[in-house]
Amino acid sequence: MLVVLAGACAAFFLLPLVGLVVRAPWGSAAGALGDQSSISALQLSLVCSLASTALALLFGVPLAWVLARLQFPGKSLLRGIATLPMVLPPVVGGVALLLAFGRRGLVGEPLAAAFGVGLPFTTLGVIVAESFVAMPFLVIAVEAGLRSMDIRFEEAARTLGAGRWTVFRRVTLPLIAPSLVAGSVLAWSRALGEFGATITFAGNFPGTTQTAPLAIYIDLDSQHAERAVVLSLLLVLVSLAVLVGLRDRFLGGA
Amino acid sequence: MLEAKLILGLGRLDLDVQLEVAGGQVVALLGPNGAGKTTVLRALAGLLPLSGGHVVLDGQVLEDPARRIRVPTERRPVGMVFQDYLLFPHLSALENVAFGLRARGRGRAQARELATAWLDRLGLAGLGSGRPGTLSGGQQQRVALARALATDPRMLLLDEPLAALDVSTRAEVRRDLRRHLRDFSGVNLVVTHDPLEALALADRLVVIEQGRILQSGSATEVTERPRSRYVADLVGVNLLRGRGRQGVVELESGGRLVTAGTADGEVFAVVPPRSVSLWRSRPDGSPRNVWRGRATGVDLQGDRVRVRVEGSPSLVAEVTPAAMVDLGLAEGTETWVSVKATEITVYPA
Repeated sequence: MLVVLAGACAAFFLLPLVGLVVRAPWGSAAGALGDQSSISALQLSLVCSLASTALALLFGVPLAWVLARLQFPGKSLLRGIATLPMVLPPVVGGVALLLAFGRRGLVGEPLAAAFGVGLPFTTLGVIVAESFVAMPFLVIAVEAGLRSMDIRFEEAARTLGAGRWTVFRRVTLPLIAPSLVAGSVLAWSRALGEFGATITFAGNFPGTTQTAPLAIYIDLDSQHAERAVVLSLLLVLVSLAVLVGLRDRFLGGA
Repeated sequence: MLEAKLILGLGRLDLDVQLEVAGGQVVALLGPNGAGKTTVLRALAGLLPLSGGHVVLDGQVLEDPARRIRVPTERRPVGMVFQDYLLFPHLSALENVAFGLRARGRGRAQARELATAWLDRLGLAGLGSGRPGTLSGGQQQRVALARALATDPRMLLLDEPLAALDVSTRAEVRRDLRRHLRDFSGVNLVVTHDPLEALALADRLVVIEQGRILQSGSATEVTERPRSRYVADLVGVNLLRGRGRQGVVELESGGRLVTAGTADGEVFAVVPPRSVSLWRSRPDGSPRNVWRGRATGVDLQGDRVRVRVEGSPSLVAEVTPAAMVDLGLAEGTETWVSVKATEITVYPA
């Protein structure tokens, strides 16, 4: 009985993939990918997801360090806030971003008044939306790495005369390299697939904010359905590559 | 010269110890697990804050909570060798040794040069490029020592420096370590739970138990006049406590001993197991310390048999296997015990 149910479950996961592969227009796949609008959507996706991963590293690693190494009141609250986007519906995240950084937003309005820049409906807005959703994955992975690391290595470094920054740079970071890689890849793949927050906060303008997932959604509803399937397959391949790359960490080894 | 009074609480440990160690001297902190030995080292290195007391090294105050002075670990002239060495696994042996030099402001080339010289000095020439994981335990230990010494500290702290080694290499590494500690002109503090290691490495022993110093002195002083059960067990003698008066000690645990030496008031009495005789019936003649007991543990050790005898007092006797057979000794055997007064050492508690 259990095996039957498990088999059904596996089939449930497998069939959509089979559908994609079977229905893919293999003959015209190259043409569909070579299409100008596909290329620009893919380019945008790549640039924005990499940029938001970089942002996640720049800001997320220090946050993970603070959460893992310092003791202060309100720490669990901070951790909760930092991981909220993981469980928040992405559309809600987009709405929240609009209310904070939109033209009439809490921060957005003074920002626009002072610098004349607005985030919504710009490529920068896509990066912000993707970072918002993806950064928690990096923070969680890196914090776990920092916690499981033997902090006596940091103590040894301090007895050798290394200050906090030197310890962090020359001992801590190299020792948690596997967690950094895992966190970055998770954050990157999450950013790559981001849809809800992006379309809500940054809109859907081809060339500036229309990333691959948005292009797929729009194409599917038009006469370009084939293009949507090919782009989807491409994203499936990327996800598979991520999964294979991280299998030792999440699937208990090959 | 180290002058320290360390007061701090850490979980169930309540530490309060006073240490004075001259430069060039090697002091071993000896004690059972959980006694607070490692805590002493960590406090001296600044890895644990004091709640009271002070740490003064060569006249420089490193910590004094009352005066709100606390030099952070990275600015203390202290080198530390950790129990499992904690060599950085992502750096080569050479980079490990150069780490402290770089952190303390030396240029890359100069740090490498000095680190190479240290590796050579510790007999590790040619091994600098290997990661710690490729080195043997003894080599790792020497890399750790080189790393600690390379920053030119004024105090060297070693936490169970030989514990991670297997028995076959331990003797050799201990000999080398002893030589390097002799060469070091600063304060040497070695933590160990192994008395042999303490005797081999140190000029002076400090016995610590439950966060307090129980005894300190030269190896001979400590082992000839143990003041704790721990040291007595290490040396392998019976340690009894009681009140002495005119050559008779009334023991705390019950019974009394007639002794040749005299000490009045609270005293310790040490009875070597070899001087305890066991008899099938009450011995003839007039040994002055005779009582009845019952063997509760019989333990063959090499060519001697250690017999635990319950009575008043209870103690351990050491007899030959032949004597054991003669006496028909087994657990539960009733036996007579005698000790000559001249074999008992008595000294004030």
